[in-house]
Amino acid sequence: MAQMKFMCDAERCIECNGCVTACKNANDVEWGIQRRRVVTLNDGEASEMSISVACMHCDDAPCMAVCPTDCFYKTDDGIVLHDKDLCIGCGYCLYACPFGAPQFPQQDAFGERGKMDKCTFCAGGPAESKEEEYQKYGSNRIAEGKLPLCAEMCSTKALLAGDAQDVADIFRQRVVHRGHKDGAWSNNPQASADNLAYDAAHKG
Amino acid sequence: MNLLTAQAPGGVPRSGKGLALGILRFMLVALALVLSLGFTQVAVAQADPDREMTTAAPGITADQWRQVRSGETGPNYRDSRADSNYSLINASGETWRQIRNRWVSPFGLIAVFGMAALIALFYFIVGRKELEAPRTGRLLLRWTLMKRALHWTVATLFIILAITGMTLLFGKFVFRPLFGDGVWAWMIAATKVLHNYLGPIFGILLVILLVSVIKENIPKKHDLVWFKKGGGMIGKQHVDAGFANGGEKAWYWLLATVGILVVASGFVLDFPNFDQSRDTMQWANIIHAVGALGLTAVSLGHIYIGTLGTEGALEGMTTGYVDETWAKEHHNLWYEEVKDQTLSEQEVAARKSSGGSADPSATRTS
Repeated sequence: MAQMKFMCDAERCIECNGCVTACKNANDVEWGIQRRRVVTLNDGEASEMSISVACMHCDDAPCMAVCPTDCFYKTDDGIVLHDKDLCIGCGYCLYACPFGAPQFPQQDAFGERGKMDKCTFCAGGPAESKEEEYQKYGSNRIAEGKLPLCAEMCSTKALLAGDAQDVADIFRQRVVHRGHKDGAWSNNPQASADNLAYDAAHKG
Repeated sequence: MNLLTAQAPGGVPRSGKGLALGILRFMLVALALVLSLGFTQVAVAQADPDREMTTAAPGITADQWRQVRSGETGPNYRDSRADSNYSLINASGETWRQIRNRWVSPFGLIAVFGMAALIALFYFIVGRKELEAPRTGRLLLRWTLMKRALHWTVATLFIILAITGMTLLFGKFVFRPLFGDGVWAWMIAATKVLHNYLGPIFGILLVILLVSVIKENIPKKHDLVWFKKGGGMIGKQHVDAGFANGGEKAWYWLLATVGILVVASGFVLDFPNFDQSRDTMQWANIIHAVGALGLTAVSLGHIYIGTLGTEGALEGMTTGYVDETWAKEHHNLWYEEVKDQTLSEQEVAARKSSGGSADPSATRTS
């Protein structure tokens, strides 16, 4: 079975927000909710870096671990989905999530949260019919054999989506091609993946 | 210069000669443009890639990832999401998860059920604290209607909040497999609504209750002795106690400190519309859970002593009146103060039927 993952190659992301727009369009996300966001660090400086973030569909997902209603589940493809019928809007998944993925429509009194909404890897969610699924969770492109629209539309192919192995292979190839020591994530000597790629680049 | 004159035909006389001159100028400009393009291409071809690399934007370095990990949002931090005040990585989320799931959750369960088990054990070994002397039938007013109403409202809310709170923490392990998703969805939604709406009411009433009985709960020297002797819970001994004994005062001050903390942290969690950060709510949640589970465990002791554990205690909080013997045995110092205010059962009944909880003994002190 596949292990679906997103990966954003920060050296390629140009902060165009195409992924954000693609996501809103593909999933008809409700007003005020933005499942994907682009964060830029050190904007305007030489060390500027942009990265597109949404639910990263963690292997050991903190949201699943802390949810009081146990509304999360993992599909066979390793995608973390949630059942909006079970969600009570307590916000615990937001406290725990490393990526700020869960969002809550705020339409009730006293700031009471509505049902949580997050990226579904374009895999929809539990529902009786296709219409209900689309209305609650957005499109189910995975069922149609397609990958998430954000990654599919990425103009620089910074945002990759797919089976972890495929994503890793593409990224490794890029790193080797870049050939320099900072080709992957960092020049951290402890990052063994970096060194592997660096070694590969130098052995040809 | 050529470009300027060519683009300003207004300055050129509209004659045949002028037109020819204009065309000539235009061709000159075109030639200049083409030539300049050529030069540029030569310049590109001559660029030194190594030299260019030194001025190109550097690769992503470890420093930047450290910055991401730190959760820093400096002045040059941009987030494309509307109203977002989140950093890129919520570094404290995992800490919160570990504290909640690995420590608070299991040890809270141990505290509450351990306390229940201890009390059951105590009841079976030591048993109920009976009155030693027979009842005299003379009654003393202990709790006015107002305070009883306040107590039972707060108590009822406390129990509902404890049950709903524990359902939020542990319910998914019990009720979801037991009842299935259909019932569980309804149940947990109701649980949250009850907890979130009754919580603030509990908080306000708790403060009123605490203020209304603070006078009786000021710690005194004899309370220390009370604790040293274990409150006389085991055996026949009696320990000095005023209107409230050491144990009641301890429960009072636990509610006045931890209880208020639980209420305050509850407000932080209940009203997320004041732009409090995720980190604030994580800590509020831990304080809330630890405090509330601790209070729930201790409350079992309070409930046991007030009902099953002590003969004659519960009637004080239900009818408002206690027997003279009970007052003498459990609150001797208070009894000494109010022993001239005893009433017969007929007098109490008469007072109650006349709607009189307006009580003449409100002057009592601890």
